[in-house]
Amino acid sequence: MRKNLNVIAAYSIMMGLIILVGIFQSWNIALSIFNLCLISAVMTMGANIQWGYAGLINFGIMGYTALGGLAAVLISVNPVQDAWSAGGLNILFSLLLIIGMVLAVRYVLKKYEKSKTRTYIIAAIIILGIIIIRFVSEPGIEAIEEVDPAKTGFLGGFGLPIIFSWIVGALFAGGLAFVIGKVALGLRADYLAIATLLISEIVIAIIKHEDWLTRGVKNVIGLKRPAPYEVNLQQTDWFINLVEKFNSGKLNLISDFAERQAALNQFVIEGSSIFVKLCYSGLFLVVVIILLILTQKALYSPWGRMMRAIRDNEEAANAMGKNVVKQHLLIFVLGSAIVGIAGAMLVTQDGLFTPGSYRPMRYTFLIWVMVIVGGSGNNFGAILGGFVVWFLWIESAPIGLYLVNLTTSGLDDTHFLKVHLIESVPYFRFLMMGAGLLLIMRYRPKGILPEKIEIK
Amino acid sequence: MDFLNAIILLLNYIFIPALAYGSQLALGAIFVTLIYGILRFANFATGDMMSFGTMFTILFTWYFQSVGISLGVLPTALLAIPFAIIFMIGYMLLIDKFVFKYYRVNKSPPVQLAMVSIGVMFVTQAVVRIIIGPSDRRFFDGEKFLIRAGEFKDMTGLNEGLAIKSTQVITILVTVILVSTLFWFLNKTKTGKSMRAYSDNEDLALLSGIDPKKIVMITWIIAGILATIGGALYGLDKSFKPFTYFNNMLPIFAAAIVGGIGNPFGAFLGGYVIAFSEILLTYAYKKFFMYVLPESMEPDGLIQLLSTDYKFAVSFSILVIVLLYRPSGIFKGKVL
Repeated sequence: MRKNLNVIAAYSIMMGLIILVGIFQSWNIALSIFNLCLISAVMTMGANIQWGYAGLINFGIMGYTALGGLAAVLISVNPVQDAWSAGGLNILFSLLLIIGMVLAVRYVLKKYEKSKTRTYIIAAIIILGIIIIRFVSEPGIEAIEEVDPAKTGFLGGFGLPIIFSWIVGALFAGGLAFVIGKVALGLRADYLAIATLLISEIVIAIIKHEDWLTRGVKNVIGLKRPAPYEVNLQQTDWFINLVEKFNSGKLNLISDFAERQAALNQFVIEGSSIFVKLCYSGLFLVVVIILLILTQKALYSPWGRMMRAIRDNEEAANAMGKNVVKQHLLIFVLGSAIVGIAGAMLVTQDGLFTPGSYRPMRYTFLIWVMVIVGGSGNNFGAILGGFVVWFLWIESAPIGLYLVNLTTSGLDDTHFLKVHLIESVPYFRFLMMGAGLLLIMRYRPKGILPEKIEIK
Repeated sequence: MDFLNAIILLLNYIFIPALAYGSQLALGAIFVTLIYGILRFANFATGDMMSFGTMFTILFTWYFQSVGISLGVLPTALLAIPFAIIFMIGYMLLIDKFVFKYYRVNKSPPVQLAMVSIGVMFVTQAVVRIIIGPSDRRFFDGEKFLIRAGEFKDMTGLNEGLAIKSTQVITILVTVILVSTLFWFLNKTKTGKSMRAYSDNEDLALLSGIDPKKIVMITWIIAGILATIGGALYGLDKSFKPFTYFNNMLPIFAAAIVGGIGNPFGAFLGGYVIAFSEILLTYAYKKFFMYVLPESMEPDGLIQLLSTDYKFAVSFSILVIVLLYRPSGIFKGKVL
């Protein structure tokens, strides 16, 4: 208990801050901050087991997040029958061709010694494959995109409940990580960072421009929800009774019946959106707790000790008979899969998939700030980092506005400097993040809650 | 005649734009490579440092325009660049003193310095957006075209016009002058040689009496010049938008690595490799084949290898291939 005091203190302060937002701004805002904090926490846990446990840099978080979102669309949207009959066969055939191409390359790699001829053969297979695939898929893609382009114009998904996509998202992200890991993990740390960053950009480019898959930048909206809809809630009796019970104190003060009914309606509308957000919070909390238990168990297991040994001294671990390459690949896949879950959760919460919104600043670098600030190698630290940084990211605009008003209080309201500063309040968040990261790295390089290793 | 038309077509749509774009990338790539070779970290703040320098160029351009100073046919920005460079170098040295120096003195691992540069990236981005705002800005003035497409057609009687923008010519000329001065400096002067020695082997360089503080300072000064000019040229040719500059960091990194990181000449050529492959692979060759091939063989489709949306993806794929087969880059990296 004693030694965990700082963890408990840090988390209570964080919860207190969110409750303060609830009291002073609104519970709606507080809950949406809390939900996104939970999603960020899942992402940071993924980044943390790569960086904190194994010392692998992964700047491709954005790519895995987007793949998780893609999974949410592919799982939950109903299949578009017309599109399937128009071009489904072509797409399936191209998929087979891709698999055949990969198998052919693998066969050549295994069969022949490394030589110039082998490289040429592989290049020839890939170029030929791409040309054939384009030839096969082009008419299919065109046909699919012509099916009611304003509404669909894509293949649709499987029409399953969206919750399944959290697992599928993990599989997608893990699969991509496997390929990237096979290719890039041999690189030195900073090369790996740049390579993963660029590969994630390629992933986004593909999702943005392959309209037959998820409508590209035209976005997919109105995804299914695991939680009830506000509109339905507002008409259910038990919910109205519940709201009435909660607010009975305030309602009893109003004597006039019509006024009372109007006030109740207002409460029901507010309550419904809070209720929906609470449902999401519950779901996300379950994921965070399960992942936390698993990652903690892993950290203190023999496997966790081995990962730390590999992180701290690769050569020594190798000499002790640990397969460094294999373990690196494993942890790279695991961490990315967790990020994939977070990506699917994010799309589930928003109810829409907007490939244009995936930007490295928000989905890669911000997550890294969270990991570093929270404390890499410590799961509680990483989660706390997700909470603190996301809270500041959202609340920095009001804080910035307050600071601007305070420092320029001597100036006239129409003074150009004051107007300009108030206009640029949204960008104070970048300043705050950067300054926070620099200060933490300088004065507390291990983060708010540093890594503590105790052998149980 | 058709053959000439085809050549003019390629010149107009591929060669000249790629040459200008490649020059802009090359300046950025040399910036990345210098920082990597001498200060030994991957600088993720590259794009934002370039936008910082460009911001000052724009501010000075506005000032000069407001007091009525101009260069006539040339853009006023050329006059503003030297002043912007002074501010930029000041900012660079300030950052180095308060941020990077601590980690350099403590001999932190390069990864930590890269993380710190992410902090600098956030701060710089915020400063730029607070001062000048996130919107698109054009600050070009003066004569826009050296040769207009219509004039060219009248002059030569060809079907295809050749338009040469003055910004393209300025970009290429300035790059040639700047890069050749830089190579002269690195290869012929004593300071340049000591920089190369420091990059090659730090301990040996220190033993032979090279002052590391001086090397670091000169590196930041050169980096400031490169970042400001590279950024301003890009802004003149296209337009200035902080977000685009941040994104440009990616092809710049690709250029630096493709050319062999730490090797300025490699970075210079890497810029052109990236620019040319981006444009060559995403250009629709239909018209070209219409000129070259006889009428009966005219193509139906656009003959476009990849859609233009994949412009960035092309450069990154090249990077991945280079990293796989020659991790040290096309021109062996890490020798300055």
